[in-house]
Amino acid sequence: MSAAADTGALERALREAALADGLAAGNAAAGFAERADREGLVEVAYSTLDTPLGTMLLAETDRGLVRVGLPREAFEDVLAGLADRVSPRLLERPARVDRARRELDQYFAGERRRFDLALDWRLITGPFRCNVLEAISKVPFGEAITYGEAAARAGSPRAHRAAGNALGSNPIPVVIPCHRVVRAGGAIGGYGGGPEMKRFLLRHEGWLPEA
Amino acid sequence: MARPLPPFQAFLDEHRGPVLAFLRSMVGPIDADDCFQETFMSAMRAYETLDGRHPRAWLMTIARRKAIDHHRARARWPEPREELPEVASPHGNPGEADGAGELWALVAELPPMQRQAVALRFAGDLAYAEVARAMGCSADAARRSVHEGLKRLRANGAIATEAA
Repeated sequence: MSAAADTGALERALREAALADGLAAGNAAAGFAERADREGLVEVAYSTLDTPLGTMLLAETDRGLVRVGLPREAFEDVLAGLADRVSPRLLERPARVDRARRELDQYFAGERRRFDLALDWRLITGPFRCNVLEAISKVPFGEAITYGEAAARAGSPRAHRAAGNALGSNPIPVVIPCHRVVRAGGAIGGYGGGPEMKRFLLRHEGWLPEA
Repeated sequence: MARPLPPFQAFLDEHRGPVLAFLRSMVGPIDADDCFQETFMSAMRAYETLDGRHPRAWLMTIARRKAIDHHRARARWPEPREELPEVASPHGNPGEADGAGELWALVAELPPMQRQAVALRFAGDLAYAEVARAMGCSADAARRSVHEGLKRLRANGAIATEAA
């Protein structure tokens, strides 16, 4: 056998041995994540949550819930956005978002009508967007207002289009209930998670009749 | 402006296998988990200094440092030294173990620079330029160390059972 072929076999053997060693990395990574969290390095913690609508993503900072990813979103992009706009020190830590997970579970099970969660508003930029999302935070379960009303409550009665845009960019959907804003003519209007999801939520809350 | 850093979770998922394999080849399977934690803790603290073009080489530089620190702590040497001390292989003696352990036990017997270069190249899955970056030497020196290491491994019968 030639020296070159010989070396090739050795290189292959080394790589295979390394791959076998690398398989144990899941446990090592879990141990690291736990320690990073304990020592305060994790600035954004996230977890996924299975809901009747599909898998959602919940992300939290030390201030509170900062982002809810809807099933239609690409979570890779959601996480990249959080890394860019909040902090790249971001790890999957389900225990850190336990409370939000529990409250959303209860909401979808029909056992909760309002959320009692600390929210981190840092992804909601600009005073008008803040005003609109604050205004609709006060619309209770089972009710809905129009885009014009949302604009009026935010202090700009004629800005119903801008209000729609503000609602469309809601980083914490469901918990900040932008689905409770509908069109004046009776149509339910658009939704970041898709119209079926909005219909599901409005039915779930009894504003729309069951199908 | 620099490109945004990827989420640390993605960075961890992408590199955890090669980092653990590299550390196992350097300090053995028992102590590798500790060094793994130390490596990623340091990497997460210093994440802003990540070299975006060579992320794995950046990380392996830290991992190599942790492995050297580990050997140093074990040996309780009074003064810091750059080279790895000769310590008993935690993999056991060649011929006693089987599979991956046996091969890495032979690697553990290489001179320090050859051992590091071989581990970085094959367990750490780095290109020669990146091995050089992680070791702070030239690419030529890295290539030479790997080749010398492979030659010695072959001489020690490392592929007696693999070459068939």
